[in-house]
Formats: sequence, C-alpha cells, structure tokens
Amino acid sequence: MDLFHNLIYGFSIALSFQNTLYCFIGCLLGTLIGVLPGIGPLATIAMLLPITFTLPPVAALIMLAGIYYGAQYGGSTTAILVNLPGETSAVITCIDGYQMARQGRAGAALAIAAIGSFFAGTVCTMIIAMFGPVIAEIAFEFRAPEYFSLMLMGLVAAAVLSQGDMSKSLAMVALGLLFGVVGTDVSTGVERFSFGFTELADGIGFVVIAVGVFAVGEIVSNLGDLEERIVHTSRVSHLFPTKEDLKRSIGPIVRGTLLGAFFGVLPGTGPAIASFSSYMVEKKLAKDPSQFGSGAIQGVAGPEAANNADAQCKFIPMLTLGIPASGTMAMMLGALIIQGINPGPQVMVNNRDLFWGLIASMWVGNLMLLVLNLPLVGLWVNLLKVPYRLLFPAIMVFSSIGIYSVNTSSVELTLAAIFGALGFIWIKLGCPAAPMLLGFVLGPMLEENLRRALLISRGDPSVFITRPISLAFVIATVLIVLTMAVPAVRKRQSKIAG
Amino acid sequence: MKLEFRRNQDFWAGLMFLGIGAVAIFVARNYPFGRLLRMGAGYFPTLLGWVLILFGAYIMVKGLRKAVKVQGSWPIRAVIVLPVMIVLFGILMERAGFIPALAALAFGSAAAGKEFRWGEVLLLTAFLTVLSLAVFVWGLGLPFPLIKGF
Repeated sequence: MDLFHNLIYGFSIALSFQNTLYCFIGCLLGTLIGVLPGIGPLATIAMLLPITFTLPPVAALIMLAGIYYGAQYGGSTTAILVNLPGETSAVITCIDGYQMARQGRAGAALAIAAIGSFFAGTVCTMIIAMFGPVIAEIAFEFRAPEYFSLMLMGLVAAAVLSQGDMSKSLAMVALGLLFGVVGTDVSTGVERFSFGFTELADGIGFVVIAVGVFAVGEIVSNLGDLEERIVHTSRVSHLFPTKEDLKRSIGPIVRGTLLGAFFGVLPGTGPAIASFSSYMVEKKLAKDPSQFGSGAIQGVAGPEAANNADAQCKFIPMLTLGIPASGTMAMMLGALIIQGINPGPQVMVNNRDLFWGLIASMWVGNLMLLVLNLPLVGLWVNLLKVPYRLLFPAIMVFSSIGIYSVNTSSVELTLAAIFGALGFIWIKLGCPAAPMLLGFVLGPMLEENLRRALLISRGDPSVFITRPISLAFVIATVLIVLTMAVPAVRKRQSKIAG
Repeated sequence: MKLEFRRNQDFWAGLMFLGIGAVAIFVARNYPFGRLLRMGAGYFPTLLGWVLILFGAYIMVKGLRKAVKVQGSWPIRAVIVLPVMIVLFGILMERAGFIPALAALAFGSAAAGKEFRWGEVLLLTAFLTVLSLAVFVWGLGLPFPLIKGF
C-alpha cells in the first residue's frame, strides 16, 4: 500500500534523533509562549522564525509546526484554568472549561482537551496523508490561469471569511500584494518601490514584516490596553477523567474532529468557527442542554477536537497547492520560501522527505503534547503569573536579534520598526493584518501567474473563464463574496467574534 | 450626522488606503506600463493602486455615514520608544557590538512600559543579555562581535 509506505517513510524521518528533538523543542516553546499572556501564535512564530533558518528545511518546518500546535494547546490550558483564552480558537473552551475548573474538575477538563486534540490530530494526520497526494495530483494539471484564479480565490476567501470588516480585509490583501511588489521585478528587471535603497532591491524581508507587525505592533497595542491580570488558581488534582467523563466525550470528540477537518480545508475560516459550530452541535444533541455553560464536559471535548483538527487540516492547501489558508500558514509558507523551497504540488515530489516527515511529525508532536503537558500543568500555571512588564522587553530582544540575524542589516531593523508602528495603527483602525501577510506572501506568485496566463492567451483576459478549472475557482470566489455580503451570515460571524 | 473625525476608525482607515493607493500609482508611473499581453513593471502596481483607492474611498464614505470609534488608549510613549529602540539596536550592533546593543535594547524597551522599577529592570536587562548571548552566540553560533571600540 502506497499510503502505508509513505507514512512509514515519514516516520523514519520524523523519528530521527534531530527531528524528534526539534519537534520536542517546538512543542515546548510553543506551549510555553502560548501560555504567556499577550503573545498570540502569530507573534510566537514570527519571533522564533529566524532561529529556524539555521536548521535544515525539514527540521525547521517540524519545529515551526510544533510551535504552532503547542501554542494552540497552551491557549486552551489558560482558557480552562483562568478563563483567559490564549487565542481566539480557545474562546469557546472558556465557557465550560472554566466552569469545570471552578468545580474542582480542572484536571478532567485538561485531560479531555488533550485527549480530544490527540484524537483529532491522529485522524487529521491520516486525512492529510490520504488526500494530500490526490489534491497534488490534480494540481499538477494546473497552469498559470488556474493558479491565478486559485490564489485569487484563496486570498478573497481568507479576507472575507475572517472576522471583522470585509472591505477592510480585502483592502489589506491589496496592501499586502503591493508590499510584495517592492524589489526587482523578475520579468523585466526594473527595480520597483525601492526608493534608492539597495537593501530593498531584493524586496522587503518576510521576517521584517512578520516580526514588525505581529510582534512589535502587538506589544505597543498591549502596552496601551492590557491589564495586569490577577490569577486565581486552585490546585489541579485528579488529572484523570472518570469513566463517565470519557463515555460522554467520545461522541463530541469524533463529531468535533469531522467538523474541524471540514472547516480546516476552507481558506479563511479560523479555528473559532470550527469550535463554535462544534459547541452548537453538541448543545443541540445533548440530552440535557441546560448543563452547557455550567461545566459540561462535552462543551470542552468537542470544540477542542474541532480546533485542533482545523489547525492541522490547514496544512493541506499549504503543502499541496502552496496556498496559505490562514495567517499562521502564511508564516509556514514564508519559512518554506526562505528555505529555498518552491511551494506547490511539486513539493511532494521534489521534497518528499519534507512532506511526509512533516506529516508524521504532526502525529509525534500531538503525542508529545499529550504525554508531556499534563504533568507540566503546574509549571504552566506558574508561568501565568509572570507580569507583562517583564515579558515584552524579552520579546523585543528576541525579535530584534532575529531580524538582524537574517541579513546582518540595520536597515532591516529600521524597516521593522516602521512596520511595528504600522501594525499598531492597523490594530487601532480595525484593519486585520493577517490578510495583508497572505497577500504579501502570494503577491509575487500572483503577479507572475497573471502575466504568464495573459501571455499564453495572447492578451485575452477571457482565459480565466474559458478554462473549466479556472472558471470553477472564479465562480467560487464570486459565490463566497456574495454569501458573505448577505447580512444574516455576517451577523452570525460577529456573534462568534464577540 | 455628526462628523467627528478625530476618533473615526473607518475614516482614517479609508484615508490611509486611499493615500497609499495614490502614492503607488504616482511612483509606478515611472515604470514601463506595457499591455495586457505583455505587462510591464508598472501594470500590476498601478492596478493595485486603483484597487486600494476604490476600497479606501468606500471605507471612508462608510465611516462618514456610520462612525465607529477607535477603541482603547494610545500609548504614545510605547509607540515612539519601541520603534526607536529597534533602530538604535541596529546602529549599536554595527558601532558598539552585541553586548552594548542588547543591554540598551532591553533597558530601553522596559522604559516604554507603564511601570518602571529600577532594580527589577536592571536585573531583567542583565538576565536577557546573558540569555541572548547563551542562545544566539554560544548556542546557535551567530558571528556577532561582542564589544567593539568606538
């Protein structure tokens, strides 16, 4: 069996000493930083991105993936223990998880969250292994027009489906595309928007934008608004859930996984949507819905499985098509490109070790989280008490060294400072930065494919709607915009956000 | 309809997109435009400039019709100090070396916060400097000069 062979090959790579170590470091760092207040997963990955450049591509991606789901897991831990969602995906977990903790059942809630996430991770590893190659196979038939339409769809969907104002998200995508234009034009050799700086001839560095906007910008905003929090925690005892708990959680975990996997492959639908729908489904199916909101274990099990499944299935479009479906995946894609890997379906052929090694490492990482984090809960709780005034100088130091280490250039630091200020202004003006990052990563490829498509068609723009696959993407794009413009759907979205 | 520009979120957001779009078109006019068949270097940025202007205008008008206020406070000190510290870090890295640059960055960043406690900040600065040395120079082996003469 091909699938079997591939998975075994993947595990042989993921379980090498070096890669296991980096997976472990990634999971640990991710959880650690995910638990710390005021640092989201995007800032975490941005800050640690430069460190991974010193590693070989496979190890780098494995570590980044570990950081990603580690951070997610850390967010759920704080949601349950202190009612603070480390990130949006854990908002739903707060509702019943914190109630359980208040009733002295924090251990059970944490364990169920870990078990649910692990189950979802296992299923999604299989899903990626099964469907990844199929999607890549189809994508091999894509030419420039298909790629252009696909990227357009990805960008529009990511902007439109994300929470917040649709027109501002779309404008931010365009802004990101414009930042991507800076530098020497590959087709004609003209230097664009470099304003005479030789440092800009190669374009704006990915790390500069990522760290500037997502680490520095966020710190500035937090310094204005983040309240020092007082943490009340009871001791966590009885880590193991009862048989009754497990029995009640199986259904929600399975359903949550399926829901999460479904939303995961759609671009732009954040994990908040997956966990929210899982919560609603469980509440509808429950024999006694009144328990929800006052410590129902189903309300933790389902959403936690869903957001982990979502997080993992987001890798499918990134790995097989080279299309990032979220801000985090844009970071991963940026890391791939910096490592010199050309994203797209050919990754699976040209970088077979990377593709299968990464997939296998996801399962390894999920297992690590399950085994390691439960005993470490006490440590995480103590970390919560670290005040922000001690944290943000550390983030500043690590971010700045990271930026400088990429090209040993002080001009890049100045640029990052500018993007830091911009990032803060965008937060204040309600302009989401993640769509901008997607645009920035895809910009050069989008332009190139647009040019190539029109060259093939001798300048006839109808090429995008006469080729069937491209037409399907165009129709999907239009449909997404139309559905989201309908007020009822938007109202529900803002409810999730609130 | 009361026009309160100062804290009108969409008005400023729209204005920003509009302005950037206009600058993009203005700068890109110097690049060869080309045709649809063979696009020049200026084609794509000009197109994006117009997209930004359209969205900007729409968002601005929306803001004028239904004002959403900018939320939260403006940490003026942080907005100025933190970016300046990053720039200073770059200058010190080239002129003075890794250790002085790090110490200045850690100390200066801490000064941007709401609370500043001398003892704590000095300890933090020392800790971060040593930690970064351990991780980046000894651990990852980055070739940064530690201290340079002026």
